[in-house]
Amino acid sequence: MFGTGLLKGLGVTIKHLIQTYTDDMQEVPSRYRGSQEVNGRRIIRQPIDQEGLLTIQYPEEKRLLPERFRFIPMLIWDTEKGEDRCTACGICAKVCPPQCIWIVRDTDEKGKPVTRPAEFYIDAVVCMSCSFCAEFCPFDAIKMNHDYELAVYDRYPQLVYDMEELTVPLEYYAALWPTQYAQEEERRRREEAEKAAKEQAKAAGPKAQRSPQGREALKQKAAERAKQRQQAQTGGEDPEARKARLEELKRKAAERARQRKEQGGE
Amino acid sequence: MSEPTAVAEGTEQLPFNDAVPGAVLGTWAEETDKAYLVAPDKLIPLLTHLRDELGYDYLSNLTCVDYLTYQGKKRKGVQERFEVVYHLYSTRKGGGHIALHVRVPENETVPSAVGVYPGANLQEREVYDLYGIRFEGHPNLRRILLWEGFHGHPMRKDWKEAYYEQDTKPFKSRHPRGGYQFHEDKLPWGKNTTYPPGWDPDTWQEPVAYVPVSMAPHPVVQDPEEEERRPHVHTESIVINLGPHHPSTHGVFRMLTRVEGETILALEPEMGYLHRNHEKIGERNTWLMNMPFTDRLDYLNSMSNNWAYALAVEKLAGIQVPERAEYIRVIMAELTRILNHMWSIGFLLNDLGALQTPALYAIEEREMILDLFEEVSGSRMMCNYFRFGGVVRDLTPGWLERARYLAQERLPRALDELDRLISENEIVKARCRGVGYLSAEDLIALSVSGPMIRAAGVAYDIRKAEPYGIYDRFEFDIPTLPNSDVYDRYYIRLLEAREAVRILQQALRDIPGGEVHGPPAYASATLEEGFGTILGGKGGYTLRPPEGEIYSRIEAPKGELGFYLVSDGKPNPYRYHVRAPSYINLNALGPMCVGYKVADAIVVLGAIDIVLGEVDR
Repeated sequence: MFGTGLLKGLGVTIKHLIQTYTDDMQEVPSRYRGSQEVNGRRIIRQPIDQEGLLTIQYPEEKRLLPERFRFIPMLIWDTEKGEDRCTACGICAKVCPPQCIWIVRDTDEKGKPVTRPAEFYIDAVVCMSCSFCAEFCPFDAIKMNHDYELAVYDRYPQLVYDMEELTVPLEYYAALWPTQYAQEEERRRREEAEKAAKEQAKAAGPKAQRSPQGREALKQKAAERAKQRQQAQTGGEDPEARKARLEELKRKAAERARQRKEQGGE
Repeated sequence: MSEPTAVAEGTEQLPFNDAVPGAVLGTWAEETDKAYLVAPDKLIPLLTHLRDELGYDYLSNLTCVDYLTYQGKKRKGVQERFEVVYHLYSTRKGGGHIALHVRVPENETVPSAVGVYPGANLQEREVYDLYGIRFEGHPNLRRILLWEGFHGHPMRKDWKEAYYEQDTKPFKSRHPRGGYQFHEDKLPWGKNTTYPPGWDPDTWQEPVAYVPVSMAPHPVVQDPEEEERRPHVHTESIVINLGPHHPSTHGVFRMLTRVEGETILALEPEMGYLHRNHEKIGERNTWLMNMPFTDRLDYLNSMSNNWAYALAVEKLAGIQVPERAEYIRVIMAELTRILNHMWSIGFLLNDLGALQTPALYAIEEREMILDLFEEVSGSRMMCNYFRFGGVVRDLTPGWLERARYLAQERLPRALDELDRLISENEIVKARCRGVGYLSAEDLIALSVSGPMIRAAGVAYDIRKAEPYGIYDRFEFDIPTLPNSDVYDRYYIRLLEAREAVRILQQALRDIPGGEVHGPPAYASATLEEGFGTILGGKGGYTLRPPEGEIYSRIEAPKGELGFYLVSDGKPNPYRYHVRAPSYINLNALGPMCVGYKVADAIVVLGAIDIVLGEVDR
């Protein structure tokens, strides 16, 4: 019959309509079940078995962000040690796809570079939130921030973040990324334990108690080994003869090149 | 003009030379992806032979490489600067491709393949636009992504963009003395910009780019009887611009149409409003850096784009993918397919004039899928989740249970509801049945791929024809429909989404535990692994695939998404080309719209399912 398809479709919409309004009529609409309240704002996360789609009244209400959510990078300030974790190695600046990170490495009084950034900038306008910097940082010094409310009136210079704006304390990071933080701490502890064990072994081992004479003997041994190695490489001939042979080879090569050139010219 | 390069003797051994003598001159890139070098004057006979005799009826990819700054060892002594590349497939036999290279010196032309494969139309225009290579015999050879009057051809290696900094990333200025300059500080007419000789900004006028749309009659021949009956009515066909559309519909896209009354006589797509020269950026980047850029191609399906690129690089560099990561990839790709098809159905209804309600119903489940994506990758749309040799991070605890609930309960129910809402609807049928018809042969000749050809009865799906990943382990069908009209193009998407749900259920059932990364170096940082593994001797971010080239493709939701990559053994790809399905499917837009009404053109476009991020690149 003509029109049955239309009616069927309208049935679907009417079902949706009724479901939505009956849900809103309830004392606590289903979207607030299981939501948290932080500073007077509701943080909502839709469970997978909740039918339909929740409306979130942003900015009064917000979504619950997953731990891996990534927006703009942040620099970690190690509160225990009281220093920046960043060593200005520049890996983040090198892997950054849009090249929005730039770092000035610090120097000491004599002008020698030290492992500490003097300036660290991220151009948030250019940043594409790929999180490569956080993935590749060997010192866990740069991580992705969850703060996405960054609107300002001018893009420059407000959206070019310097070190001060980027730096957050370690606790902030630990709160945002609890699982990852725990894993990193675990790894750090393991590595430190290994290092300590190694040092202990070193301290207890015979190497540390070696006398000055013993050290001299070792040096001599090493020198002998080096000599042997050199001889093995040069086939035992003495350096002068070797030099002469090489000269001869070079001369021959030049001769051949000249011949080739002449042939090519004809 | 340079001398053509002499090629190796013994051409009798090479294939096809018995049928087309002297066509194939040699081979190239034997180790990675073997290609044949073809003599330019024998190209058309060879293509005809391949199409007619050997069944290679589908021109998948046509692009060009500029070898000006090539640093590989294998091309020493070759004079010609450009190589035009063709990749042919057979939709009847399935299987792999035949790659052809035609070497072209600068300022010389190549015969156009449009006569043999009409689908070469847009791709040759793109090569002409970006490389300046002229195709002799092309019916409409003008710029496509850039505007007329654009100075230079940007994909050439010696072309430098404004604010040019360095040929390859990472830029040296960023570290350790931090020399970034703000674009505000640089004037566009500084030393970064070049001008044509004699160019004066005060007197310059943009060249008139108006091209009459195809060969439409103008004015329309009058019917003598009609003339007699109503002598004062004279009709003429006029050219109107449909668009540029609002970005929220399908993207900023314009259709240049010649209409007579309401009837379309000819239609041509005009694009490039979102062009950012993705491929040039890709050649500046390192191999790894391209991964987040692929998200921005078809921004609805970033997971599939990631996969296509990762797959191409893995083939080129010979990287293995662990079992669990393969399953995760399939799960992500099929979730992407479902959300893309639901999106496209919803917005097709939007184009029909059913504003918002069906579209919002259709993308309801998409939110749940995006939540799942966000949880594992950190972003809803720009996922950047795949890496060479795996995926970046393992799934979170509880993710699989939620995905299973989605695949078992919600998605089948949502698809059924969509079916009930739309499929039987008389208005949808009246507007869509019989609209935009094009035969299967025409569609294949026009290089159309994906749901479009399956709605024309061609059971061609790369997941079956040339399986990649672990698709050969799953049980699924390729749905086809016979009518090749807008209604079938809608309905095939629904059927495909159902098949995707089937694959999803199997993958979620079978997924093993274990590692998600391949052998260290390439797969990037994991949360559990430390410094040594991440860098692996700098391997993480300075991957250097061996010299060679590869063309690899996947069945993306919109069609065949291919990546053509050339490596010269350096940390940056020498050539990075995207075979974008939305772009090449637009070949068929004009032929499909002719003879229908203006309102139908919008629907036909909607049924092609384009995303301008991918069309314009």
